[in-house]
Amino acid sequence: MSTSTTLEAPKSGTWDGGNEPLKASYGKLMMWFFLLSDAFTFGAFLIVYGLSRHRHLPYTGEPEAFAFSQQWWPIPEKVFNAFPGFHGVDLPLAFVALMTMILILSSVTMVLAVEAGHRMDKNDVQKWLLWTILFGSIFLGCQAWEWAHFISGTEEGMLLSDGTRIFGANLTINQYGPPLFADLFFFITGFHGTHVFSGVVLLIMIFINTVNGVYHKRGHYEMVEKVGLYWHFVDLVWVFVFTFFYLV
Amino acid sequence: MAHHHSDNDFEQTNNIPEPQTKAIWKTFGILVALTALEFVFAFAMEAGTMRNTIFIILTIFKAYFIVAYFMHLKHETKALIWSIMLPLALIVWLMVALISEGSYYFESVTNYFNN
Repeated sequence: MSTSTTLEAPKSGTWDGGNEPLKASYGKLMMWFFLLSDAFTFGAFLIVYGLSRHRHLPYTGEPEAFAFSQQWWPIPEKVFNAFPGFHGVDLPLAFVALMTMILILSSVTMVLAVEAGHRMDKNDVQKWLLWTILFGSIFLGCQAWEWAHFISGTEEGMLLSDGTRIFGANLTINQYGPPLFADLFFFITGFHGTHVFSGVVLLIMIFINTVNGVYHKRGHYEMVEKVGLYWHFVDLVWVFVFTFFYLV
Repeated sequence: MAHHHSDNDFEQTNNIPEPQTKAIWKTFGILVALTALEFVFAFAMEAGTMRNTIFIILTIFKAYFIVAYFMHLKHETKALIWSIMLPLALIVWLMVALISEGSYYFESVTNYFNN
């Protein structure tokens, strides 16, 4: 008798279920923990980059006299100094600055879409999601150009000790420095670019759902918030890639 | 037709509150300013440990504004903040430890094979 009454009595403690101790829904929590695990992956990439960099000699001469060599790790602003339409002009880090601004701007339009979702403003959610998709796609296009330039190389290339020249970079040869530099460039920016691509696909999916009124019928735009968390994380990773790959 | 109309009730734009976007654009301004500052240091300062330290500090500031305001973590519960930040702090520790290990690795490999 007493057993059945205790069973029927509703449990209302913090961890008894049926409530949200972290004041966040299941989906949002899982997105946070996925992003945490993703941060570990990117952390591992940056560890490998830092370790490989310290494992090679730095360039110690005058910055003006810098030349590409297998002997030392290249100075990033001597490698990434090209800009589409400005052939042969030395514009250190200008293109990557543009890419950074585009991605930060896309983060802002994303947070504006989330804000519009809180107000149940379907038209504003659509508008800001479209802007975010646009900026994300432009970023991907920029990255494609940067990869193409990095792979095809500069006109001078690198003069080897046997008198031959190598141009551009792939996984085994690299005109800019040790082959490991090119490998890490492809892996780190490629893995980040894959994340941006997945983000654009997710954004297109939630844009279609928003247009169809799925979230309005559901009564909340939480899916926009969850994709927003992912999108901001992609921006966050770029902030770190930018510092450790292009600035330091 | 009437049925179709009631299906699209949500098209109505009345009853929607005004957007509150001032804080968002302010955070955007801060992020742009920090990025611009990074470029000033990249060109006005000699490369070295000091400049790298400045870059890393500015990066952490940028990360703070993205996570705290854009990802809204600042306004979540304490338990959620800690369950995200504590593992992250540990991975940052691992990064610092292993990256500084790189120069030791370089020296030992060089000494081992070049003698």
